[in-house]
Formats: sequence, C-alpha cells, structure tokens
Amino acid sequence: MADPMRIRAQAAGDKTTVRVLMSHEMETGQRKDAAGKTIPAWFIQEVTAQHNGKTVLTAQWGPAVSKNPFMQFVVRGAKAGDKISVTWVDNRGEKRTDEATVA
Amino acid sequence: MKRILLAGALLAMATGAMAQARSAAEGIAEYRKMLEDGNPAELYEAKGEALWKQKRGPENASLEQCDLGKGAGVVKGVFVELPRWFGDTKKVEDLESRLVSCMAMLQGLDAAEIAKTPFGRGEQANVTALATWIASESRGMRFNLPQSHPKERLSYELGKRAFFYRGGSHDFACASCHAEDGKRIRLQDLPNLTKNPGDGVGFAAWPAYRVSNGQMWGMQLRLNDCFRQQRFPYPGFGSEVTIALGTYMGVNAKGAASIAPSIKR
Repeated sequence: MADPMRIRAQAAGDKTTVRVLMSHEMETGQRKDAAGKTIPAWFIQEVTAQHNGKTVLTAQWGPAVSKNPFMQFVVRGAKAGDKISVTWVDNRGEKRTDEATVA
Repeated sequence: MKRILLAGALLAMATGAMAQARSAAEGIAEYRKMLEDGNPAELYEAKGEALWKQKRGPENASLEQCDLGKGAGVVKGVFVELPRWFGDTKKVEDLESRLVSCMAMLQGLDAAEIAKTPFGRGEQANVTALATWIASESRGMRFNLPQSHPKERLSYELGKRAFFYRGGSHDFACASCHAEDGKRIRLQDLPNLTKNPGDGVGFAAWPAYRVSNGQMWGMQLRLNDCFRQQRFPYPGFGSEVTIALGTYMGVNAKGAASIAPSIKR
C-alpha cells in the first residue's frame, strides 16, 4: 500500500490552486544497484484530478519525473467546500487516490 | 543629452554587475523558497505522526508515553531542547537516540539492532520519520538547550573537543569549514557553528529533505556524512561523540529559530 498524498486546495476568487505532493520512488529503470544489477523501472504513469467527481485534469507521466513528485494546478470555478480528488496509477498497476476539501 | 544617455548606460552596467554578484546566493535562496512550498519532508512528517500513535513491537505499544524531555507524551517544544540528560537511561541523548531508547523501553524493540541498521532502512527509516514529525512540532521555536546537569556540560565540552579535533588523511576538523563566517564550498554557504549562525541555519535546519538524492536526513546521518567527508572512521549511530557534537551545536545555536524539517539541495 502506497503512502498517502498531501493535497492542499486554496480558493482565491474564482480560481482554486491545488498543490499535490505524492510519495513515490519514481525509479527510472536506468540505475544500477550496488551489485551492478539494473533496478527495474517503477514510476507513476497516469495522474487524474477530479473536482466534485468531474475529471478536470489528466496527465501522462514518465520516468523523468522526480522522486516524491510535486504537482500544482489551477481549477476555475471551484469553491470552498468542494472536493478535489487526485489519483495516480504506476507502471506496476498500483493505484492511490486521495481527496481534499477546498479551503 | 548624449552625456545623460552615457551616464544612464553606465548606471545600467553597474547595477547589472551588482545583480550578478548577488545572484549566486540569492538564486539559491529563491530556489529553496520555491521548493519549500512542496517540501516532501511533509510526507515523512505524516508517516512519523502515524508511527508515534501506532501500536508496534513485541510489547504492542505506541510511543505516546515516550518522555522526550518535557514529560511523557509531550512533543511540542522538545526538539529545541535536545540533546539533554535523561535519568532513566543515565545518558545525554539526542532526538534520534532518545527515540530508539523509547522504542526499546516501550515497544520492546532491539536498540542495538536498530543502531546497526543502515540509515534509511527498516527501523532506521522509522526513526527518521519520527524525528521529522517531532521536529516539525517545534517549528519556529527557539533553541534553548538545558545545561544544568553536569553531564550536559560535559557533553558540550566533549563536543567542542571533537569539533576542533584535527585528524585523518586530510588533517581535517569540523572547524576547518565551520568556524568562520562567510565561507562556502562551491555555492554552498557554510554556517559558522561556533556561535549562533542565525535562524534556520546549521543545527536549526535538520532533519532535512535532500532534493539531490531524494532522502530524508536526520542529524545523525548529517554528522555521519561530515565524518565521511573528513575521511574519519564512521561514528556509531547515537554514539557519545555524535550526541556531544549535537550538544555543542545546539547550545551554540541558543536563540536561533528552528525551521526543521527543511529542504536542502
């Protein structure tokens, strides 16, 4: 089970800034361990964000994204009290969804 | 008219040069500021808080009864008063070694086994996460280490000795890099640790998340790496000398505000 994300969503006017911190190794598949063996690739491939259940963002990620990635985006029309949920799926098929309330 | 233009051009050049001279340190400060917003240390804070409350180990107990210096279970403000003397273990302990003592006393985990575990693995990773969360509970508070117990004063004096002790293949001491103002290695400003180096600098900045390797580092690992850079033998985890160095830096940093857990390059 993957560790939880930290999601903060702050409304200002009609725009809400969402900041997401994900906990993931993001292994590129290019590195070798101490024994010289290649460390298999393991990274987030797909990210989706939903505002009150409606998808507002989808992204395809690759091995170039850093470990413990940080993502920020703006949702127009989200108000305080609305729900923002973020989901990632990695190349092993592991999945994690977390939700936050707009402040 | 021409003269005014020329003067203007000279002025522009002068400010340009000034901007360049400032840009190195300021550029790094700006970069840190941008990263602070999404400091992955937060992920470790969350993990540490959960570990504190979770029943674990052979005794199936949580750490909520752990005394970090301000009474059993008190977390707020303890970070800025460590290392300090503990009567139950009869030792001066820093945050990480104290956590291991609590894990042994309350949860029944093997302290010697944890001390032997490499940083970032198994229970050591848990110690780092716990230390990260506990440090975050004292963010913004000012360092004020106790020095009333004779062993605490002894620890300070031992730390001072270790700090100025030159040795190894490079004839190095901590003081070689950290005993003067305004020194740096490449673009890294080096804090002067013989006095209060300022808010959130040096001792007041660790545990920290290192962006360059994606690892969370506590003070024990920070010191371990200082020993490596000096080509000294590795000190044991929670050994007397590492705690003494912590006491030395912590007492010197009296009055400095803690920003830990911070983010480093």
